[in-house]
Amino acid sequence: MADTFALKDGPALAAARKAGVEPAGRRPRRMLSGRNIMIYGTLFVAAVYYLLPLYVMIVTSIKGMPEIRLGNIFSPPMEITLEPWAKAWASACTGLNCDGLSRGFWNSVRITVPSTLISILIASINGYALANWKFKGADVFFTILIVGAFIPYQVMLYPIVIVLREMGIYGTLTGLVIVHTIFGMPILTLLFRNYFASLPSELFKAARIDGAGFWQIYFRIMLPMSLPIFVVAMILQVTGIWNDFLFGVVFTRPEYYPMTVQLNNIVNSVQGVKEYNVNMAATLLTGAVPLIVYFVSGRLFVRGIAAGAVKG
Amino acid sequence: MTHSVSIKDLSLSFGAVKVLENLNLDIGEGEFLVLLGSSGCGKSTLLNCIAGLLEPTGGRIFIKGRNVTWEEPKDRGIGMVFQSYALYPQMTVEKNLSFGLQVARMPKAEIDRRVGRAAEILQISPFLKRKPSELSGGQRQRVAIGRALVRDVDVFLFDEPLSNLDAKLRSELRVEIKRLHQSLKNTMIYVTHDQIEALTLADRIAIMKSGVIQQLADPNTIYNAPRNMFVAGFIGSPSMNFLHGEIAEREGRLVFTTDGVDFPLDGYRSGETLAAGRKVVLGVRPEHVRVNEDGETHEATVDIEEPMGADNLLWLKLAGHTLSVRVGGARRFAPGTAVRLSFDMALASLFDAGTEERI
Repeated sequence: MADTFALKDGPALAAARKAGVEPAGRRPRRMLSGRNIMIYGTLFVAAVYYLLPLYVMIVTSIKGMPEIRLGNIFSPPMEITLEPWAKAWASACTGLNCDGLSRGFWNSVRITVPSTLISILIASINGYALANWKFKGADVFFTILIVGAFIPYQVMLYPIVIVLREMGIYGTLTGLVIVHTIFGMPILTLLFRNYFASLPSELFKAARIDGAGFWQIYFRIMLPMSLPIFVVAMILQVTGIWNDFLFGVVFTRPEYYPMTVQLNNIVNSVQGVKEYNVNMAATLLTGAVPLIVYFVSGRLFVRGIAAGAVKG
Repeated sequence: MTHSVSIKDLSLSFGAVKVLENLNLDIGEGEFLVLLGSSGCGKSTLLNCIAGLLEPTGGRIFIKGRNVTWEEPKDRGIGMVFQSYALYPQMTVEKNLSFGLQVARMPKAEIDRRVGRAAEILQISPFLKRKPSELSGGQRQRVAIGRALVRDVDVFLFDEPLSNLDAKLRSELRVEIKRLHQSLKNTMIYVTHDQIEALTLADRIAIMKSGVIQQLADPNTIYNAPRNMFVAGFIGSPSMNFLHGEIAEREGRLVFTTDGVDFPLDGYRSGETLAAGRKVVLGVRPEHVRVNEDGETHEATVDIEEPMGADNLLWLKLAGHTLSVRVGGARRFAPGTAVRLSFDMALASLFDAGTEERI
């Protein structure tokens, strides 16, 4: 083996060799060492383990029912059809409604977009105030907010139902948006507070000497420096709220059910034949939004998470 | 002298921790005052109180005769320069300089005029369109000074502005700050832990320890007549030599005696009458020790020699004490050499051993 490596020497190394200088340090590891085979083998098995269900879902979703009844769930489709996707989107039945997941999708959009925007807006201002404007009782306020993150949701379900009913918004999208906004508050505030606290405090002081007030400092100094953490918060909220099931069931009426609830109703409907291909397509459709969010902004997400860790 | 900044009975505590207590300080018009002390002595806290970034627990602050204790920083007529520069990273140099003026809704023409003038004074005109990240440390600090300059303030506050720079740049900018003060004639309050900066820049130095001003005087007085042992030991590098002993009388002359070695106190100007038997500490700076000169001398041995170019630093052993001595760079001594030494009493300091105050 040593000879084959000698053949690959670059001109610089060859010249060094001629001059009697030997390369120092350890020889670079070979690709096909036993160690590498072990590592990549294990990784491959793990990847297959996680990807196999996805494969089955995709394959099943583009098969027709007769083919599915043959029972070979791993076999590739003999005849590709997009009919199950169309049905899942537009005409699958839940109860009396037969307009598919589309209604749930738009409900989810109408829930997720305002909830995400409002909660991020409020939490970032909260975090900014807590990090930079130490008011009396700030620590107590923050502690209470954080404790809120540890109380199980189930405990609060019924009280919130009563509160929403008294406010006259029980069962409406507005009510659900408010609930999502409130429940996102502890973790998002913590996120923003820590981020703003990690920015050099002298910047804030300099802005105050320059005469900028609370909002001017927030919009003109802090916001432009905080894009990464806003992306993190956006991802957390979009995926969290999109995937929510419990609040969607509890706080809305059937015509406002989010996509997840409707997916469940389609998949679990007991009447008629189980249409596995439609179910698979519906599941993939529901999962598509968080998946796309991750793919598009994953890189920014990692940067944002790491942003608070090192001074920079 | 009218007072530019006047601080009356200022106190500040964080919870139970008292950082400043009943501090009084008057700073004259156009004066360059340096607050000097090690970290945690309250000097930055005091500066932040003057700037209005910290609310005092008690006391009052006057700037130009106006009580500004509870006023917003922007209304105090101050500009501040920070250690970390604190430039807004997303803005160009020009925007950094004009931000405060824009916030104050100043007319565009006036903003341009002021920014142009500041950039010219600080020689940063070529960088106006750059972001702070594209500047070197020295350039960034100039921009930070410029941000205070454009606001046309009465009082400049500097919070360790040169600590983040390397040694060469530090001495360059030090000279520039001094030049700036000479041409602008503003009041400047400058916080540092670097005694060289303090001695070179200040009209007066306030040396602080645990929130209390130990001595407030011009650099020469601070150096040559320190009020107490803390000030004496803090200023000067290497530190002043301290010898513990007592005052005694030998044949009608007062001497300082320690471990059987007598040093006559002739020439020492004391503020009070010295009595034999008093326990005292004698402080002598390294350059005030005379080596191998005529007169009454004592035998000592050279322990270590540290040549420093212009000077030569000797560590001498004398009757169980180690003394640091500064001699000219040309005078070399091999370790183990016996030398004769005496003290320049006119420039020495005597402290009471109990109170550590100068006597």
